[in-house]
Amino acid sequence: MIEVGQVLATKNYPVDRALLLAYANASGDHNPIHQNEEFALSVGLPNVIAHGMLTMALAGKYLSDIAGPAAVKEFSARFTKPVVVPADTTVLLEISGTVLSIEDSVAKIDLTVICDGQKVLGNAKAQIVLA
Amino acid sequence: MLDPDLVGRTFHGAEVVVISQSQIDQFCAVVGETVTEVSPPTFSISITLDQSQTLLQDSGLDWSRVVHGDQKFVISRPLIAGDSVTCSSTIESARVMAGNEIVTVRSDLHSGSELLVSTWSTLVVRA
Repeated sequence: MIEVGQVLATKNYPVDRALLLAYANASGDHNPIHQNEEFALSVGLPNVIAHGMLTMALAGKYLSDIAGPAAVKEFSARFTKPVVVPADTTVLLEISGTVLSIEDSVAKIDLTVICDGQKVLGNAKAQIVLA
Repeated sequence: MLDPDLVGRTFHGAEVVVISQSQIDQFCAVVGETVTEVSPPTFSISITLDQSQTLLQDSGLDWSRVVHGDQKFVISRPLIAGDSVTCSSTIESARVMAGNEIVTVRSDLHSGSELLVSTWSTLVVRA
């Protein structure tokens, strides 16, 4: 059982170009900045970047692991830094959480998502119903 | 530029989208989710992004210049295979900051009269 103030274990989520393609196919978001390096550079990005929503989807998996996917009632985040994914490279998202409060069996969780030493989500918060 | 008269107006989609198990399975596979009886927490964006673009296509919002700023989900009940949902989208707010338009679009997914999921996407339209 989780408790207020508890720091939840950090988990690592690998991200590579193949995952970006899989997410594009699963979500229908085929923006070329997530696939095509030449295009990404042409619009001023350092390289291909991950969909912000892929980062959030992986953070959603972190949340689902706490009490199951159906327990997640609210989830919000700000996209603060792009997750840059060069070709033939696997970057790691390090996700951790802190339990801010538990009231009426609803836990408020604060998430930290780090890639390459930088926070890529800001103000990432969720509410989870505990069984 | 976005038509300011449209702020606060809700556009109701006529299209019924039927959620399939293969769609949920595909999304679960990407994130490594093994529980596939319900959809993952952010799954609904794959419905609302496409639907809201269609519903707001005449709003003056330039989707080609849009960068995703913030995202929020409120899930009353996760989508499951077999759900027939309709989408309604509302431009809740629009303002200009440092030359960029900041637009918040809310999309609601209903099954009949039951509200299942609401999503809020804050979009930054680059100048």
